[in-house]
Order: sequence, then C-alpha cells, then structure tokens
Amino acid sequence: MPGRNRIITTVWQRIRNWFDPRELRSVGTTPDYRFSLANERTFLAWLRTGLALVAGGLAAAQFLPALPLVHLREAIAVALLLLGGAVAIRAVDHWARTERAIRLGGELPVSRFPAVLALAVGLGALLLLVAVLAGAVNS
Amino acid sequence: MNPPARDPGLQPERTRLAWRRTALTVTVVAMLTVRLALTGGPAGAPLAVLAVLGWGATVALCWRRATGTGVSGTGGRTLAGVGLCAAGFALIGVLLVLRGV
Repeated sequence: MPGRNRIITTVWQRIRNWFDPRELRSVGTTPDYRFSLANERTFLAWLRTGLALVAGGLAAAQFLPALPLVHLREAIAVALLLLGGAVAIRAVDHWARTERAIRLGGELPVSRFPAVLALAVGLGALLLLVAVLAGAVNS
Repeated sequence: MNPPARDPGLQPERTRLAWRRTALTVTVVAMLTVRLALTGGPAGAPLAVLAVLGWGATVALCWRRATGTGVSGTGGRTLAGVGLCAAGFALIGVLLVLRGV
C-alpha cells in the first residue's frame, strides 16, 4: 500500500527531525536566536503542562478517596497520564515543526491540539462533577 | 515594554529559568511516581528505580542546557530527550495504576 508507506515515511522523518539537530540546522537560514529561544520556552511550557497532567494522574491514583463508580479513580488517573504523555510527545513534534518553519521563513504550523486538549479537560471535569453529584444524591 | 536593545540579555536568562522550572516539575513528578510505586508493595521497586533514573537523566539534560554554553543553537536531542522522559513517566504511571486494578 503506497499510501500507508508514505505515512510511515512521514512519521519516521518527523521522529528523525526531533533527534537530529544537524538536519534541522541544515535547512533554511539561522534565525534571530531570540526566536529559537522563544520557541524553546514554548516547548518547555507545553512540557510542564504535560508533566502537570502526569502529576495530576499520579496524585489521583494515590490521594483520591474511593469514588462512587467502580474504578473511576483509576480511569481518571490513566486518562490524565495518557493525556500528559501525549502533550509531552506533541510538544517535541510541534517544537521541531516550528523551528523548521522559522528557519525556512514559512508560516508557523497551526494546530487543533490546544482546542482538543481544552475540550477534553473541560469535558472530563464536567463528567467528574456529574459523578460526584450523583454519588452525593445516592448516599 | 522593553526596547529591543535590552532584549538580548533577557532572552537567554528567561530560557534558563524555564529549564530550571522544568527540572523542578520533573522532580515533583518523580517523587509522586516513586511513592506510588513503593506504596503497592516491593513489586513496584523496579519501576521506582526506573523513575529515579528518568529523573536523573531529565535533570542532567535540563542542567546542561540551562548552564554553560547550552542555550545557543538548536538543541534537538536535549529537547526530544526531556520530552520522551516525560512521556516515560506517564507510561510508568499507567503501568503502576493498572497493577493495582
């Protein structure tokens, strides 16, 4: 399947871009270093967001009391952990793509990810609120 | 608003501080991971060791990037390294939570 091969090649190329600064440095022109540093700080802010989600998941797993639904606590923990891991991986990818765009003088990559993340967190909070209220009414 | 002429001194400093904040955040995550690993009995010890190693690797990378000549040029491997370590903590956490179910 040529389409699938192309996707695999693209994914592999992206992962190589994460790890090979020489290849990233070889494209385009070296930008004003302040832009690179700003991009790096944005990456770090995203990484800390991911780590905060991971910390939330770890804290939920060990500090949350038993919830009205079976395994709800574990489900919350796993969801937060997976979300945090995804945010961290995506931060690396977005950093590499942005760096490339800055060097090539192109448009910065746009992404639906922040909106999706915000909706997921908001929806999760809402579901949890419903679960807690349901538990309070039942007991 | 700072005039552009003052900016060059501040940008590396802000970036260094961002690396240090990240190292502190990783420390908190590592401590929570080790606690979760050891509360469920000795079976979690290997994952606790793995978490400590991941913490050491991340803090070393952050330190190298935040001090010395680190903050200049493109730090592809360092950034990818700390990103993957963060994802690793998420994976260890998932394994620990599923162990208790």
